[in-house]
Amino acid sequence: MGPIGIEHYLVVGAILFVLGVLGIFLNRKNVIVILMAVELILLAVNINLVAFSAFMQDLVGQVFAMLVLTVAAGEAAIGLAILVIYFRGRGTIAVDDVNRMKG
Amino acid sequence: MIQALAFYLFASVVIASAVMVIMARNPVHSVLWLILAFFNAAGLMVLVGAEFIAMLLVIVYVGAVAVLFLFVVMMLDIDFAAMRAGFIRNFPLGILIAAILLAELMLGVGAYGAGGVELGQADGSAVAAAGQSNIEAIGALLYGRYIVLFEIAGIILLVAMIGAIVLTHREPKPGARGRQDIGKQIARRPEEATVMKQPTVGEGVDL
Repeated sequence: MGPIGIEHYLVVGAILFVLGVLGIFLNRKNVIVILMAVELILLAVNINLVAFSAFMQDLVGQVFAMLVLTVAAGEAAIGLAILVIYFRGRGTIAVDDVNRMKG
Repeated sequence: MIQALAFYLFASVVIASAVMVIMARNPVHSVLWLILAFFNAAGLMVLVGAEFIAMLLVIVYVGAVAVLFLFVVMMLDIDFAAMRAGFIRNFPLGILIAAILLAELMLGVGAYGAGGVELGQADGSAVAAAGQSNIEAIGALLYGRYIVLFEIAGIILLVAMIGAIVLTHREPKPGARGRQDIGKQIARRPEEATVMKQPTVGEGVDL
């Protein structure tokens, strides 16, 4: 095991990001798991921001990671609220059935 | 040595639990794996000295977002087995896209490791002073140069909160039991609400 560098963190972030995208593809019907996969993607972004912030000795990356965190929390709250009202009206959360607007 | 050990521990657990998040049959298990993933990501961030973000991750994600997910998963009465119907069918396409994405990202990481593109140096205006803790330095930045960003983040959270309330709020049915009718309560006067009775000994009271 050699010393840990910025590349190690970038690889972890990349793998997490890909796992998030894969989760969106695999759980096409289940909106809850899709939302969780989006959280994973945002976590990957945060890891990258923090890793570069530490690497560059520049704290701005951490400030932006905090903003990403804020947006992720808001997105989770709104997404789950939409999910709840959708379930109330339809009795299901399968995304394949979301075609009422025939878009 | 211990740094490398800690890094590989956190990194492997975070990736393993991310795999479990997207593969678990039961969404409740998915949420629990997500919590584990966030915990270990926080460990990764502590490792590079970003302890404030790490603690924020634990507080915001484990404390709020994950609980919100759990709450919603348990509130909805859904046949989760039927939800996994397309899982196998989507598998090849998903793996293909994931492989392409991973290859691209690894190309980027490799190019960066081989020297990368020079975009200039950090200007050194956002460096923690000697002896200043991570939280102090971030606080000085956040309440100084990035105050507008901070306020915007606050407004985003406010909008998210109001939006969630507006979306899920249900008007009570008129006349439903246990609902407050504030106008009626305020309009009530003592004369119509209370009666004086002088019961004699040994007798009940008619109300």
